[in-house]
Amino acid sequence: MAATSRREFLAIGGLLVGFKFGDSAFAPQLLAAETAQTPAPARLDSWLRIGADQSVRVFTGKVDIGMGVQTALMQIVAEELDVAVARVELIMGDTGETPDQGGVGGSTSISAGAKPLRNAAAAARALLIELASARLGVAPGQLEVADGVIRVKGDASKSVSYGALVNDHNLTENLRVSGSGFAVNVEGNGKPKDPAKYKIVGQSVPRVDLPGKIFGRAMYSTDVRVPGMLHGRVIRPSGAGASLVRVDDSAAKGIRGYVQTVTRGNFVGVVAENEWAAIRARDAVKVTWSGVADVFPSDLYAHMRQAKPKASRESGRAEFSRGQKIVEASYEWPFQAHATMGPGCAVADFRADGITTVWSGAQKPHALKQGLAQMLGVDEDRVRVVWVEAAGSYGRAGDEDVAGDAALLSQAVGKPVRVEWSRADMTAWGGKGPAAMVDFKAALGADGRIEALEMIARAFSGTEIIPQANTAGNMLAGQLIGMPNTTEGNEYVQWGASTFAYEIPQVHWAGHVIAPLAPAASPMRAMHLRDPNGPAGTFAGESFLDELAAAAGADPIEFRLRHIKDPRMEAILKAVAERAGWETRPSPKRDLGAGRGIAIALRGGTYVATVAEVEADRTNRAIRVKRLVCAHDCGLIVNPEALRGTIQANLVQSMSRALKERVTFDDHKVTSVDWKSYPVARWADVPKIEVVLVNHPEIAPSGAGEPSSRPTAAAIANAVFDATGVRVRRAPILGSG
Amino acid sequence: MAQISLNVNGKNYRVDAEPDCPLLYVLRDNIGLNNPRFGCGLGQCGACTVLVNGSAMRSCTLPVERAASKKIVTLEGLGTPEHPHPVQAAFLEEQAFQCGYCLNGWILSAAALLERHPHPSEQQIQAAFEGLICRCGSHAQISAAVKRAAERRA
Ligand code: FES
Ligand code: FES
Repeated sequence: MAATSRREFLAIGGLLVGFKFGDSAFAPQLLAAETAQTPAPARLDSWLRIGADQSVRVFTGKVDIGMGVQTALMQIVAEELDVAVARVELIMGDTGETPDQGGVGGSTSISAGAKPLRNAAAAARALLIELASARLGVAPGQLEVADGVIRVKGDASKSVSYGALVNDHNLTENLRVSGSGFAVNVEGNGKPKDPAKYKIVGQSVPRVDLPGKIFGRAMYSTDVRVPGMLHGRVIRPSGAGASLVRVDDSAAKGIRGYVQTVTRGNFVGVVAENEWAAIRARDAVKVTWSGVADVFPSDLYAHMRQAKPKASRESGRAEFSRGQKIVEASYEWPFQAHATMGPGCAVADFRADGITTVWSGAQKPHALKQGLAQMLGVDEDRVRVVWVEAAGSYGRAGDEDVAGDAALLSQAVGKPVRVEWSRADMTAWGGKGPAAMVDFKAALGADGRIEALEMIARAFSGTEIIPQANTAGNMLAGQLIGMPNTTEGNEYVQWGASTFAYEIPQVHWAGHVIAPLAPAASPMRAMHLRDPNGPAGTFAGESFLDELAAAAGADPIEFRLRHIKDPRMEAILKAVAERAGWETRPSPKRDLGAGRGIAIALRGGTYVATVAEVEADRTNRAIRVKRLVCAHDCGLIVNPEALRGTIQANLVQSMSRALKERVTFDDHKVTSVDWKSYPVARWADVPKIEVVLVNHPEIAPSGAGEPSSRPTAAAIANAVFDATGVRVRRAPILGSG
Repeated sequence: MAQISLNVNGKNYRVDAEPDCPLLYVLRDNIGLNNPRFGCGLGQCGACTVLVNGSAMRSCTLPVERAASKKIVTLEGLGTPEHPHPVQAAFLEEQAFQCGYCLNGWILSAAALLERHPHPSEQQIQAAFEGLICRCGSHAQISAAVKRAAERRA
């Protein structure tokens, strides 16, 4: 049975809102082995099923990581089928129920992920029209659809509903499949609508997930309860590279509800009958680890500059000559933590015959199924991963790793086990967004244009751990039991190709990947954190552009426009300048103390321009962001208010990263363990936020989850320069003194 | 172990719990509520917030014995879709929150604040919210929702 939930509608304050209430009684439950196979994309009913009651159940391998994408996907399906959004129910990320769409990542859920849903819905509509045409004896061209009822144009007495048609005909038709993963697409015989005719797409339909959350009835992965379930907590090594010497659980034995301590290799976990007993047992068990020291460098950036890169790449050429005005600068970006609001949590139910169900908020459930099967040593089709919404994850946070922990513990004790991480398990041992440093050099011509630009980037790879947990060694639990990470990738900090907005005659880019700080089972494992490498590269690039504008004595926006030909980028720069009330003049400002800065970004076809206004005191380095204005163009807008909310929040989060966030560590362990040692933006830090949405209905939608996190740091740093004349070249800005 | 009487969302419960067990785990494990939520267990974030005799408290650091026979209200008990609390209605109208994992802290702190100060000053809002985290950054919408709720009550 799939994850189901009650749907209701109610008007609140003049707003008709759809409700989706999770209920533990409806908890997605497995399950026989035969249901564990992932539905084939080639069948229409793998994607959608219509009920006799006109309901539309849609099955997608996409999930919602807290940005409201499920509502947008429902709108897209409702639009193609000509039914009210209220009729659509979405089943997401269940490997036993939904086709594999690669999960969520790269801001692709709408741009790529919605395509097969749109096409499947169009195919279903065409099929239903054909069936109705035969039943009513009228040519398809004479028919129209209103909320799932097909009727003859001009004669409403002749009609038949979708529900009545599917009573006699299951929608099992075959579809043509292309691509796989994120890019999987299907096509049938129906042609999707012309976007100019959209009625539901483009509306601010209220988010279906919010009422359940606001009335305290939503179900998160933390709320999955399975009969006989035990509670686990993990005990991590004393530092990177430490190995287990001894475990003494005698003190835990006195705790009522304590069940046992599980060890396997360097993996240690406790299991108890309830959460509090598990927490107390975790504290009571005495674990001795082998000593480790000198794993992590005391000066990160010196290490990055000296270390021999594990991989390098370059492109283009830039030549510098004597007579040119040369500007050079270097920028540094720290390791940052996902530090999700809810620490990782998952439930695993490993049965004696190897049939396993895992409930988790993982962004890529189909990949996780493969990795878990390998870790448990069972056939892939014996494992079913059921996605359940979790705290916002912003990339590869903790939901995959904690699923590995739960699976190991469940296998060891033979009962379903729920593992919830502690705050320190999350902040200190969860994945880290990679640190980066960038050296820039450019030549300015006499006409105030950039003639040549060189960018040399050194960074840890955001894919030390790839986002797909499709091997056991990809997960921390797998590494702790000795399975190697075999899928490590090299990811470079770039500010070129599809992300480069400027026309510059000569551009030379070189990228170096720095090897992981520790070989395995390290708390400094670098992985994707919202817009991998984007904020770091854009902080460097857009700060440097500002330095060049200052060197040229030009206004920062005017200087950028000299090098931009793309009309969409020009348009949003102008839109943000207008909304911000941008005053055209070079930086820094004469009367110090307050300033404004601009930065832009391009990501996967989405254009962003952000203006920051700050108050900054040169003597005591106090900096306060007063206002952020962001203009955003991602092509066709599916749901304007949900999009605006996502961008507003992303601006605050990226400001938090720019101003405050840095993972600290000593020579062998991470010392950022909680909200005090890993501070993020709080109420008093939050500025006035304004978002200008630029809609292009004629352009297919591009991503919106990540792009607006890109320019924020540089916009703030540039505003600080404008206010003080002092250039900030290291993030976080507040800790750069 | 002790028998402890709790009043949660208007219902009386008798639970078997360690007296020093934080209220959070009793609400979740003994009573079976999904709210409040575990965020840090350290009193640093607000995900576990409940109202105890009308005050917003962190249930992750509040020993259950200190909540005995007090009136505990969780987000679930604040209002219903049919009869929403004004703060809930305002948050819904503003479509506030991204993942929503943090919202016990914001909504219940706002409800307690408006009960005490129907027209809160910026300083009073700041004092009520200073200890809360929203990792997604939904603050702008939360701010709009609190203003809306205050106006609605006026
Ligand atoms: S969970 Fe209680 S304050 Fe964070
Ligand atoms: S909305 Fe995700 S933490 Fe607040």
